[in-house]
Amino acid sequence: MSRLLAADTMPIRSEGDIVGVRQLVREHGAAAELSLVEQTKLVTAASELARNTLLHGGGGEVEVRSTEEDKLRTIVLRFADSGPGIEDLELALTDGYTTAGGLGLGLGGTRRLASEFEIDSKPGEGTVVTVCFHTRVRR
Amino acid sequence: MNALPLLRIGDVLLVSIQIELHDELALRFQRELAEKVADEGVRGVIIDISALEIVDSFLGRVLHDIAATTSVLAARTVVVGMRPAVAITLVELGLSLHGLRTALNVEAGLRQLGIRRLDVSGEAR
Repeated sequence: MSRLLAADTMPIRSEGDIVGVRQLVREHGAAAELSLVEQTKLVTAASELARNTLLHGGGGEVEVRSTEEDKLRTIVLRFADSGPGIEDLELALTDGYTTAGGLGLGLGGTRRLASEFEIDSKPGEGTVVTVCFHTRVRR
Repeated sequence: MNALPLLRIGDVLLVSIQIELHDELALRFQRELAEKVADEGVRGVIIDISALEIVDSFLGRVLHDIAATTSVLAARTVVVGMRPAVAITLVELGLSLHGLRTALNVEAGLRQLGIRRLDVSGEAR
């Protein structure tokens, strides 16, 4: 059984909220005692996905959950929007593909940063991106 | 009001990013820096990011664009003080930042700009 350490939900409606998501996720990372590099990857991934939720999804929310099971701590970030959705997931995950004039690294890059990555999207219904970061309890 | 304080020392503009930038502020910083470089005709720009815990693809691109813009305006930009964890994350993210000059600290950045030392009168040598 995994034990819930902390859970938070936050709306993403403005650029300021992207900074807010970074702070919230940083707190979860610090509480879970992630290494500095793990924490940097976690917060960077959160920033990329929060921006996607805002720019592509027209806003939405993030749910952050920290759990522990058998000395393995997991932070799960679930970004959900009810925007236009993604027509071609394969293409959206390709580095350099962009529809918002950015670098097109958000999804593909985030997939590389996270321990686990899952995306669920239906055109017209919205997008849910879930990423997990694992860390071993060091003692 | 400026997005970030730009400090002029001799022929160099020095800016230290000490706050967490949201996207609009980063873009404003990019515009203001370009204007300042053109107005004052400086030779170099040093951007200290040692206080930044993360650089995501948006800010990475802004830093890259600043360097490209100042280059067109005849000034070289050096980004200094990137934390190792930030560098590791940027590479994994896929952001190679080709053409961006970097140095480990402000002093090394000044050397890259060909400036040995700054005397108290503010004249760069």
